Parts: sequence; C-alpha cells; structure tokens
Amino acid sequence: MLRPRVPAAQYDQNQRERVTLSQTNAVEARNAVKAFGEGDNSVRALNDVSVEIRKGEFFTLLGPSGCGKTTLLRLIAGFEMPTSGTILLDGQDITYLPPNKRPVNTVFQSYALFPHLTVAQNVGFGLQMQGRPAAEVKETTARMLALVKLESMANRKTSQLSGGQQQRVALARALAPQPKVLLLDEPLSALDLKLRKEMQIELKRLQTETGITFVFVTHDQEEALTMSDRVGVMSAGKLQQVGAPKDIYTRPVNRFVASFIGETNFLSATAEPGAARLATGAVVEMPGLARSGPVTVTVRPEQVRLVDASEPGAIAATVKTLVYFGTDTHCYLALQDGSELVARLQSPATGEVGLQQGQQVGVRFTPGAAQIVED
Amino acid sequence: MSAAEKAQAAQSTRNGWLLSTPALVILTLFAVGPLMIVAVYSFLAPGQYGNVEWQFSLDGWRGILWTKDIFDDTYGLADANVTIFWRSIRLSVLTTLLTFAVGFPTAWFIATRPAKSRALWLFLITIPFWTNLLIRTYAINEVIRNEGLLNTLLLKLGVISAPIQLLYTDTAVFIGMAYVYLPLMVLPLFAAIDRFDMKLLEAAYDLYASRMQVLRRVILPIVKPGIIAGSILVFVPSLGAYVTPRVLGGGKQMMIGNFIDLQFGQGRNWPLGAALSLTLLVIVTAALLIYVKYANRDTAHGH
Repeated sequence: MLRPRVPAAQYDQNQRERVTLSQTNAVEARNAVKAFGEGDNSVRALNDVSVEIRKGEFFTLLGPSGCGKTTLLRLIAGFEMPTSGTILLDGQDITYLPPNKRPVNTVFQSYALFPHLTVAQNVGFGLQMQGRPAAEVKETTARMLALVKLESMANRKTSQLSGGQQQRVALARALAPQPKVLLLDEPLSALDLKLRKEMQIELKRLQTETGITFVFVTHDQEEALTMSDRVGVMSAGKLQQVGAPKDIYTRPVNRFVASFIGETNFLSATAEPGAARLATGAVVEMPGLARSGPVTVTVRPEQVRLVDASEPGAIAATVKTLVYFGTDTHCYLALQDGSELVARLQSPATGEVGLQQGQQVGVRFTPGAAQIVED
Repeated sequence: MSAAEKAQAAQSTRNGWLLSTPALVILTLFAVGPLMIVAVYSFLAPGQYGNVEWQFSLDGWRGILWTKDIFDDTYGLADANVTIFWRSIRLSVLTTLLTFAVGFPTAWFIATRPAKSRALWLFLITIPFWTNLLIRTYAINEVIRNEGLLNTLLLKLGVISAPIQLLYTDTAVFIGMAYVYLPLMVLPLFAAIDRFDMKLLEAAYDLYASRMQVLRRVILPIVKPGIIAGSILVFVPSLGAYVTPRVLGGGKQMMIGNFIDLQFGQGRNWPLGAALSLTLLVIVTAALLIYVKYANRDTAHGH
C-alpha cells in the first residue's frame, strides 16, 4: 500500500505521538483490512479497522455474526495475516509474527482441549512448549487449577468433564503461560443460561485477579455491557463505536449501535438551535444542539414518561397496546403523525398501570435522554 | 438386580451366542481346524513324495534354523534360512515405514479436502484393489526391469549411462510391497485424521508449539490408533508375502512365504513347511503384542 506523503516535521510529530500512545496500549490495530477470496469475489471481513486496547482492561468486541469481530481476534492471535494494516502488541509490530511467537493466548469457542492429555497436562502444555523447567510447569499448573477451582480434576481426561469444567480448563490453559493479552472467542456461547451467568462473574474475577488484558468477542449485548471496561461495536467489517458500556448505551453514535444494544425508539425530526422539532410539531429540548436540517432522534423506552394529556409541552399520543412483562409493562403508543413509540413503565404493586387502549396521553422524555444519531 | 432382570440378561447372553454360532462354526472349521492339522504335521516325518509319515519327529522344527551335515550327521546353523527370516522381517519393517511416510501425507491431504471431493480421492485410492495382485505386481516389473519405463526414461534423460539392476533385488521386493500395501496404510490413517479436530492445531500453535512440536505432541498421539491399525495391516501381510517376492525377487530373494511354498512343493518336506508356517504365526503374534503393548504404555504416560 502506498503511504500518503507527509511533510517530514509533521511525520516526526506523528511518530512521537504514536510511540507515547503505544506505551499505554496492550494491543493496537492500525487500518487493518482483511479480504477473503480474490478479485471480484473477494469479501472484506475487516474494512479499515483501527482500535486501541489499553493495558489491563476488559475489552469486548460486540457485533452480529459476520461483522468481522472474530477476524480481528484472529489477526491479533496470528491465525490470519491482514491484507493490509498493522497489528501492534505493547507497541511492537507483530503483524506477521506466527502465533507461537506471540505472547498472546486464545480461549476457543469450542475449547479445543487436547483429548489425549489430562486436565493438568492441558494446562501445562503452553509452559512445556516454552521450555520452562518441569518444577515451574508443575507449580504454575497447580496454581492455575486452583484459580479455576479444578484442583480435584487434575488427573482426569478432559472428556470426563462437564461443559462448564471444560471451559475452566480452557481458561486455565490459556492463562498459564501468563500472556500479555488473553483472547476469548465467544467462550460462553456453548453454555446454558445459568452457567453462562456464573462464568461471566468468574471471567471478570479472573481478569481482576490476574490483571491480564482480556479481549472478549461476543454477539450478546448483555454480556458486553455487564463485563466490559470498554466495548467496541462492530458491523459490516467496520468498528462503529468504542466506549464504556454506559457511553455506548446512552450515547450511541448511529442507528446501528442504538438498535443493536438494547431496545430504542427512532423518531424523525428537524434540528433547530437547542432543540429538535418532531414531525408532529412537538419540540424536544436538546441543549447544545448546533446543527440544522433533518435528523433522527433516539430515546430509550425506559426514558419515556407518560403524563396527563393536558400538560403543557407534552407530546400528544394514543395508547395502542399494553404488554405486561412482570417487572415492567411495555406501552405501545401512536403519535399524531402515525409514528410509533414504546414506553417502558415500571409495573406498580397491583400490576395495573392504569391505562386503557385508545386513551389519550402526554409523552415526556427524561431530560438529556433524547439523542441525535446518524443513520 | 431382580430375578426377572437376571433371566432377561441370561436370555440376551444366550441370544448373543446363538447369533455368533455361524461365525464360530466357520472359524472352527476353516481356521482352527487346519491350524491344528498344520501343528500336528509339524511333528511328523516327511514322506518320500510329499505328504507325511505318521511317525513322531522333531526334524521339521529343527530344520527351521539348523541343517544336518550330510557327511557326519551333526547339526549346523542354516545360513540360508536365517537370511530368509532376516530379509522377511527387514523388508516388512521397511515396507511399513515407507507406506507410513508416504501414506501419512496422503491421508492428511484427503482428510483436509472439502467433503465433496474427499469421496473422489478415497475412491481413487481404492482403484488399485480393482486389479488382481499378480497383474499389479507384473506392472511394477514392467516399470523397473532393465529395459523398463524407469531405466529407459533415466537413460534418455542422461541421468544414468547403464540400466540400474532393480528387478530381482531386495529393493524391487520392497518397492513392490510398499506399492501393493499402501492403501491399507492410507485408509485407517484417513479414518483417524478425519476424526481429528483441526482446531487443536491452532490451539497448540497458539500455546507456543513449533510446527514440529504440533506434529509430535498433538497430531501423532491423537491419530495413533490409525497408525497402529495401518502398521498392522501392512506389516502382517508383508511378512507372509508370496506373490511380490516371487515376481520381483525372481525366486532368488526369497521371503518366508516363498520358503514355506518351497517345502510343500519341490522341497517335499511338509513337516518343515508346517513348522515354518507356525513360526511365521508366532513372529507375527509376538510382533503385534510388543507393538500394541509399547503403543499403549506410550499413551498411558502421555510422553
């Protein structure tokens, strides 16, 4: 790839900045492109992805299947080489380093435990291949088995273990060589719901105890929100947004991120200074909004409040359907221009929210909850 | 266990025996029976024109390794017999090793093809079985004889100035057997590699194993049942091979099979032939026991 010509002075400054940045990053991908197939049939699994993963953080790559998240993980592990772009580990270029030369370990979706070895031999495999002395292998293996609470299973064959136990062996095996970064490729997807919840807590504990940088791949938004320090949302081979779970949820940058994480409402509006005018004519106050023209406003159902229809400034709406979910009740509303809106109301003690189908109500958004998103 | 359950278990055991009766009858009639006859014949004296004299003698067994001096009736080591045994074992081991060296990459190649073309590759592997063994062996003869394909080609290319004498050597027998028994190595290896989870390669590679270590520490131990099965399937018939050494060894490079044939034919020494047959059986059994025991111990300790 041709690099754009940059004036020498500016280039130097860029370099210096990059070096200082890299020192705080465990992993960095720069303009990573990965194309599969050739010529006209080639598909770009990754399309110019740049991301910085900080030391010691729990970073999650979230996206639907086929979004490129696993491809990015495989580039970091070294199982694939990028078509173009660079992968850095601790500021070192590792783009073309084979997997066995990278201080990075992977927990595979299918666990990929060695069936001919015992649990302890599986855990010690990486250390043995590194040529560590036998005493150290034994000691570290025992410590890792204790960490994942499988001391009593050390001499079992992996086929004698349950799915959850195999998962723990896979984790211990990948953690034993003390990698700089641990990659986890949808490791919880094969477990049932209860076990998955347990393992989520377990993973978070392991990450805190070991202080190792975790890069976790999942398509489960709840997993991403509950476990991560930061989340990178991917779609169609591109990184859509990177941020803390709260930022991603409350300030999605585009329609995809807003709808992939949690449920949300989209309303067409026209931007005005400090406010957005909905198609119905109602005005949503948005302090600091400094643009004009057509925009999309998004607001989470739990941030929609119902008030008396006569309240000044409220948006007029009609109740269409009520669906009871136990903890809360979803209220499907129609605005005057026909657009739909969902409000999530906390169910009162009696279970009755006190609304009827066809009832006229007023709608208000929690201040600051409404956001402008790009399409 | 209740009485009814016991009765049912007994019934199912009886049914099992009943079902295997035809196989047991055939085995007794055509395997154990003849083997007994061979065992008995090995302790009798040779008849004048073949067959046996019903008279106890250990000459058959003695004749395996010792030969009676025609002048003073003392026994000496039969060098020719030792050579034949040694050649049989050596060529069979070499054949097993060569078929493994060639068969493993072949089986790996087939097992890693997409499911659709895999069937075609397997089919191609079995094509040699369609032709009679004798014809296949003569085909090898045609390739390696002095005026054959190989020598003509090498002469034309100027690699050699005179034909290489391959036919009627140990090498010819070795090449022929490796060719004939190769599919017997490839098929069980394929079956084992086909079950191998390719994700394990990435896992081992990820855990700092070099390519060589991935092969030695992960692939070979896991596909070992296939290696054992293939080795047995090649080694056992190689040891008793008859047609290949006969056609490609030209009657000079004899193996045990030819030697046994000689005793029942021109040699007119049926007791010696019978004793040799049993010796072959013992060698094969011993080799298998050692091999399997060694292989299992290896697995148990994982190193």
